[in-house]
Amino acid sequence: MTKPSQHAQDAHDTRPPPRPAPGPFPDELDVPYLDGEYEDGNALAGPLSEIFAVDLTAAEGRCTGCGTTGPIARLHVYGPAPGLVARCPDCGQVVLRLVRGGDAAWLDVRGMVSLRIRIEG
Amino acid sequence: MAIVSRGFHGRRQPSEHRLPPGQYEVRDFPVLSAGPTPRISRDTWEFTIVTETGARHSWSWPQLMALPAEEPLVDLHCVTKWSKFATPWRGVSMDTLLGDVETEADYALVHSYGGYTTNLPVADLLDGQAWIAYGYDGEDLAPEHGGPARLLVPHLYLWKSAKWVRGIQLLLQDEPGFWESAGYHDYGDPWREQRYQGD
Ligand SMILES: [Zn+2]
Repeated sequence: MTKPSQHAQDAHDTRPPPRPAPGPFPDELDVPYLDGEYEDGNALAGPLSEIFAVDLTAAEGRCTGCGTTGPIARLHVYGPAPGLVARCPDCGQVVLRLVRGGDAAWLDVRGMVSLRIRIEG
Repeated sequence: MAIVSRGFHGRRQPSEHRLPPGQYEVRDFPVLSAGPTPRISRDTWEFTIVTETGARHSWSWPQLMALPAEEPLVDLHCVTKWSKFATPWRGVSMDTLLGDVETEADYALVHSYGGYTTNLPVADLLDGQAWIAYGYDGEDLAPEHGGPARLLVPHLYLWKSAKWVRGIQLLLQDEPGFWESAGYHDYGDPWREQRYQGD
């Protein structure tokens, strides 16, 4: 299920330049990356089904970093430990984090404006 | 043909190290990642401490190399339950780096290239408990383990030992970092098994 990242130092890299990081180190996001291993957003289906009744992998969200809209399934998912970290495939920003520990799950979706979830009418 | 015993020189003594509760020992060095691995050039690398007044203290790579180096041999404890004993590092003590920094701050927020953050009390960076580590097992620290340089705070769970360290922000109030704002414990003491919020 794991596939190598294609985006790191690709000559065809069309990602938008990273926004300066807020805080005292504005250059901290302005770095090149080595190839990493990630899964696509379908890897979130199981963990999210523990929390939500509907399958969210087809739901569409908008990245707060670059404005790209796309399904959860398109995100790049790193982990699973210490937690699942889903990043925008276009700008690399963290869109969603899911930590499962003890008797709780922590879900953070601060990198997404909203989720459009199709519901049978 | 002679059979060479490969165990003689490399064999470890029966371990005298202790395992914190809930941990098991590993002999390899697992890599966990929350994102792609930053590739940081030593030519542009910089480590900066920013105080609560905004004063900045920065070190370039040659400036870091010119500081006295220490070679701590420490046990690592990852919150994902593996522990690795007697890991050999090389780096500069945080006591050296914080020595000339004037601050009233009790809290530190560590920043990494790539955007990772983690928080801990300033007291846990002092008194020989923390280093900016740039060597491991006699080699340059590899990018997957946080090279060119990472924070090393082995008495706390390993997520506090931020890879690809960029700087430390000194703060009057505690501010949660990347994992601490998503369920992980604010302090992370392996001996008290402080894995998640509420532990
Ligand atoms: Zn984006």
